[in-house]
Amino acid sequence: MKFNIFRYNPEDRDSTPHTDVFYLEETDSMTLFIVLSKIREEQDPSLQFDFCCRAGICGSCAMIINGRPGLACKTLTKELPAEVTLMPLPIFKLIGDLSVDTGTWFRAMNEKVGSWVHTDKTLDPDAEEERMDNALAEEIYELERCLECGCCVASCGTANMREDFMGAVALNRIARFMLDPRDKRKEKEYFQVIGTDEGIFGCMGLLACEDVCPKNLPLQDQLGILRRKMGWSAVKQLFRFG
Amino acid sequence: METEFTDLLCIGAGLAGERVAVEAAAAGFETICLSIVPPRRSHSSAAQGGMQASLGNCAKGDGDCPDVHFEDTVKGSDWGCDQEVARLFVDTAPKAVREMAFWGIPWNRVVAGKSTYFKGGKKFEKVELKEKEGLITARDFGGTAKWRTCYTSDGTGHTLLYTMDNKVVEMGVKVQDRMEAISLIHNGEVCMGAIARCLKTGRLKAYLAKATLIATGGYGKIYRESTNAVINDGSGAIMALDTGIVPLGNPEAIQFHPTGIVPTNILVTEGCRGDGGTLLDVDQKRFMAKYEPEKEELASRDVVSRWMTHHIREGHGVKSPYGDHLWLDIRHLGEKHIKTKLREVEEICNNFLGVDPITQLIPVRPAQHYSMGGVRTNKDGAAYGLKGVFSAGEAACWDMHGFNRLGGNSLAETIVAGKIVGEKVAEFLKGYEVQWDTACVRDAATKVQDRIDRLVSGRDGHENVYEVRNAMQDELMDRVSIFRNGTDLQTAVDNLQVIYERSRKVGLRSSGVGASPELALALKIQGMLRVALCVAYGALQRTESRGCHAREDFEARNDQDWLNRTLATWKEGDTLPTLNYEPATQVTILPPGSRGYGVCKIIGCDGEVIGE
Repeated sequence: MKFNIFRYNPEDRDSTPHTDVFYLEETDSMTLFIVLSKIREEQDPSLQFDFCCRAGICGSCAMIINGRPGLACKTLTKELPAEVTLMPLPIFKLIGDLSVDTGTWFRAMNEKVGSWVHTDKTLDPDAEEERMDNALAEEIYELERCLECGCCVASCGTANMREDFMGAVALNRIARFMLDPRDKRKEKEYFQVIGTDEGIFGCMGLLACEDVCPKNLPLQDQLGILRRKMGWSAVKQLFRFG
Repeated sequence: METEFTDLLCIGAGLAGERVAVEAAAAGFETICLSIVPPRRSHSSAAQGGMQASLGNCAKGDGDCPDVHFEDTVKGSDWGCDQEVARLFVDTAPKAVREMAFWGIPWNRVVAGKSTYFKGGKKFEKVELKEKEGLITARDFGGTAKWRTCYTSDGTGHTLLYTMDNKVVEMGVKVQDRMEAISLIHNGEVCMGAIARCLKTGRLKAYLAKATLIATGGYGKIYRESTNAVINDGSGAIMALDTGIVPLGNPEAIQFHPTGIVPTNILVTEGCRGDGGTLLDVDQKRFMAKYEPEKEELASRDVVSRWMTHHIREGHGVKSPYGDHLWLDIRHLGEKHIKTKLREVEEICNNFLGVDPITQLIPVRPAQHYSMGGVRTNKDGAAYGLKGVFSAGEAACWDMHGFNRLGGNSLAETIVAGKIVGEKVAEFLKGYEVQWDTACVRDAATKVQDRIDRLVSGRDGHENVYEVRNAMQDELMDRVSIFRNGTDLQTAVDNLQVIYERSRKVGLRSSGVGASPELALALKIQGMLRVALCVAYGALQRTESRGCHAREDFEARNDQDWLNRTLATWKEGDTLPTLNYEPATQVTILPPGSRGYGVCKIIGCDGEVIGE
């Protein structure tokens, strides 16, 4: 198989962005994790890329695989054509070759959306836990499955045009906390976070996010629900204060 | 060189590291976490099945309490654990689970009424009580008397880690990701922080800290076939050994998980068997009931892994291009159960095997999974030998697991130990001052820079770091595995010493400029070999069988001579670790006896032989 891989090491003054070509014999059950590890170990030890769990759980290895964002570790070569082009995710700062800085981006996102349970209660360590309906717990878990891999952001039309767009990942996070009765934020407070063009009203509805999400999160539904809720919230505020 | 000062430096930002950081930050201490990956990618996220805490809310957990959890944990450890620590752990676990619920975990909850469950392939019925509805529920796991493992589907590590990191973000604790600690700064008595290398730029940085926590996870990647993430290369154990003072406890205690998938060694959770999945052989027949009539598929991991290996050796394995394996069958659990409670398993099987576990069998084989050993600490999490060093989580040998960890007890350990050690770190920091010894900082930094220069220039030789690593991994896999014997272990030690010599002659093939993954590994390879030698040499010296350490030439558990813990240190210039021993536990609450599963042959404390 032929692999065209984007190369650039910003720390190396002699390095310029270019593509390197590598050839590799395909083996049974081969994934891009195996491919890239083999290339690094046998052909070019300077090649930079990120893997961690190599099981589709941690979200480290998102990259552009033949034009489409995806997790490299769970991409089987038998599902790819004989020629494969690998590029780093756009939007995130490049560290080198296929490796990008998602850590800084997601920390900022989590700070921005207030990604935690907001409550004025204090925990009584000896008391029984608050009860929750199991169906609701499962509904929250469904949205909690996000890996912060960055695929939805990389594939997003708005995010590629404007740097300040929060992306489906942030909106999904808000949707998760809106479901959670432990979070005492009111609709108006959520509106302040996402009721703008940087947030839900920036979404053009192209929904590539839903297509590329490696966890198949119901992003289309959640974006729709948020848009409706936040739209109503805007109308309510208009009448209250107008 | 850039230098940063802090009260607490947490090396590692997985569950244990972040839980300690949260506790110290809540007490008002400045805290920095270093992580080689963005914190939410830490290997804690890959834990699937759940965490044990004796809440006793669900019907099959009725009557559970810390006492029962304690007994299960000590038996699981094959009496290798520190019983005081195990006690502390089981008492705190319920509080820790509830605290995580308060912080936002969507734990699965009790649903009142009749429902069915599977055990050993057969269907049973249970009734959940109305008054327990909505409380945190639990599933069954191996080696436990009750259903005690709290879970969120099979993504429990993921939700715990995200919630913990949410707390870190809320509290404004600094996390510097892609920053790899290379060595501790110390003067032989006091630790003053660490020298780290930035994995974005390659630049070195000094962190001067009053307290330094090692929470770097396990060292599974010294083995070829491991369920561990690629980052679990034992960097914390390496740093501790490098001091020449801080010992590793029980390095030979390596857990093999029964159900790694073949060929990629990705884990499928013990929850599969906990929820009623069965193990089948080449004839698609169950075999665990024959070996373990009482616990069947749900004996402890060491026992199940041994029987699986035994059964394959007897010729009942399924042939494949990747060697013989067995089957895991969860088909009878049904589509609804698999799609809600075993979602990661379903995804992993479909993605990596092209197998649909709802209708097809999953090929499995034991794979290296967990390091019970690690940086030896006291019950407060303070490392032996060097003031100001703490450790928690898989990186540590605290030691509640002894020679076999129960499934669900490691996630629990991360947040329980994190909470307890965090409190102790805060206590330690109150009023504690340290003198920054600039000569120590300079020496530590110079040493790292010198190693980098040597590797880049190829001054010591041109050994290929990947070939050296592969040789080490093969050696451990082939000779320091599930079953061990003196001949193989001696060969492994001899060969590893040769490989260790090669590791000292590694030279880079790339320029080493920037993040340089080749340099990152080359900086660790000697340390990895030292850890590997601790594992192999510790196993060679321990002439008994206990928990995961199964010697074919010493089949009995020998409480007369070996009811103790290995302490391995590495003196500079040596080619083997120095081994010392301490009693397994200072306080004996549950005296050594039979586990109730596994082969039972014991040489008692008084020398009396029990069992065949």
